[in-house]
Amino acid sequence: MRSRARFAEAPAHPPPPPQYGRVLLVLGLCLVLTACGSGGWYVVDPTLPNGRSNLWFMLSGFWYTIKLSFMALIIAIPGALLIALCGLSSNRWLQRLYRGYVEVIRAIPLLVLILWVYYGLPDLDIRIALFWSGVVALAIGESAFLAEVFRAGIQSVPRGQIEAAKAISLNYPDTMRYVILPQAIRRILPALGNQFIYVVKMSALVSIIGAPELTRKANELIVTEYRALEIYTVLALEYLVLVLILSAGVRWLERRMGSDERKL
Amino acid sequence: MQPVIQVRGIDKRFGDFRALSGVSLNVAAGEKIVVCGPSGSGKSTLIRCINRLEVHDAGEILVGGVALDDRSADKVRRDVGMVFQQFNLFPHLTVLRNLTLGPMRVRGLAGEEAEAKAMEYLERVRIPEQAEKLPGQLSGGQQQRVAIARALCMEPEIMLFDEPTSALDPEMIAEVLDVMAELAGSGMTMIVVTHEMGFAKRVADRMVFMDKGEIVETAPPEQFFSAPETERCQTFLNQILGH
Repeated sequence: MRSRARFAEAPAHPPPPPQYGRVLLVLGLCLVLTACGSGGWYVVDPTLPNGRSNLWFMLSGFWYTIKLSFMALIIAIPGALLIALCGLSSNRWLQRLYRGYVEVIRAIPLLVLILWVYYGLPDLDIRIALFWSGVVALAIGESAFLAEVFRAGIQSVPRGQIEAAKAISLNYPDTMRYVILPQAIRRILPALGNQFIYVVKMSALVSIIGAPELTRKANELIVTEYRALEIYTVLALEYLVLVLILSAGVRWLERRMGSDERKL
Repeated sequence: MQPVIQVRGIDKRFGDFRALSGVSLNVAAGEKIVVCGPSGSGKSTLIRCINRLEVHDAGEILVGGVALDDRSADKVRRDVGMVFQQFNLFPHLTVLRNLTLGPMRVRGLAGEEAEAKAMEYLERVRIPEQAEKLPGQLSGGQQQRVAIARALCMEPEIMLFDEPTSALDPEMIAEVLDVMAELAGSGMTMIVVTHEMGFAKRVADRMVFMDKGEIVETAPPEQFFSAPETERCQTFLNQILGH
């Protein structure tokens, strides 16, 4: 009897324990510990004028990283969707095109793709500005993975949904837009979230061609300050903040769209 | 008068399996046909071919005088409503939105017009109060009635029913069959695949018995149930009526 009573008191869906606090606590501890050991934290100490200006210098890469990742996603998402639709088409040539694209792009390391777009393409007289080279390389690299995610999501929608749409003679674009994609996207939101985070993190690689984003800024600072541990720790925190904001956004979307799923 | 549906010697294969072989059937406007037969006999495949959810391999299907092919399929489907065993409602849309989607996107009705029509059909299937709910919040019987209303919103001339009560709990079968019987009374042309023989006796103009991909017997219900001609049909009727 007692155990049953206790059971009834437990909420049906316990709220997830807050994780951010703990993560920040651990990182903070690392900071303090390493600070005691090496004592190089003055380079990023916001209470000192030099530390402040260094921090400002590092933070100035934020906007570039955000723009870079955002533009890459804006291009990659519709692109990947189109590619996925090719893969789901009944046309054998479109299917092969899809397979080929995904296999080839997935196999190229992103770093190589970035170098190829920025240093390779000019040999073909295709010159893309620094920022857009980064965007294009990130978008292409991302699109292959996103396409697979979209394909999986669309295939997870029961066949009866397409048949019901056909039976009321909805055309293909309307069927996708109103019936299939809303259900597919809801299912793949967690996987999409992963991919969004992946793009933000991989944008660090664009520093190799000199794009003034977060990682590049940190590297430039290290050249003058020689404090790798402190500066890279701050850099890691910068990405952490970006990713936490992004993942909170995805979970907000999940809640908004997923609340209906529970009633299905 | 020309039959509204003419099926002429169609074949359908799934790999090595012959789902339909040489099936022919004419349906007159306003006629109610009940198709029965053991599972795997091709009854569902037959009606799925009539609105081209399956593509027949040989033979010809004419709906309203138009031969079914890839090009005409969309046009023909506007006049042919379909109700599925598993309802196939759009789970992410409200009942009302399920009903208005087709009329708005296909028939080009304005929102208010489509909603008025949807409410009219929801009244007809007796669940107007569920309009704002999601399908998952309804019982099976209610969902199937919404599915019927959704098909009717397209104002079809022909309604196809693919085992509409097979996925329902027993106590909900009657509410769906009642709606269907009422629809039959309004003069709709209907082809119903079902094992509900009581409904068949009540509503059918003609019974079609299928087995192994062929139409074995066609007869008016009185004759069909009292004096089936073929042995296969007798065996089948004994099996489903005998329990």
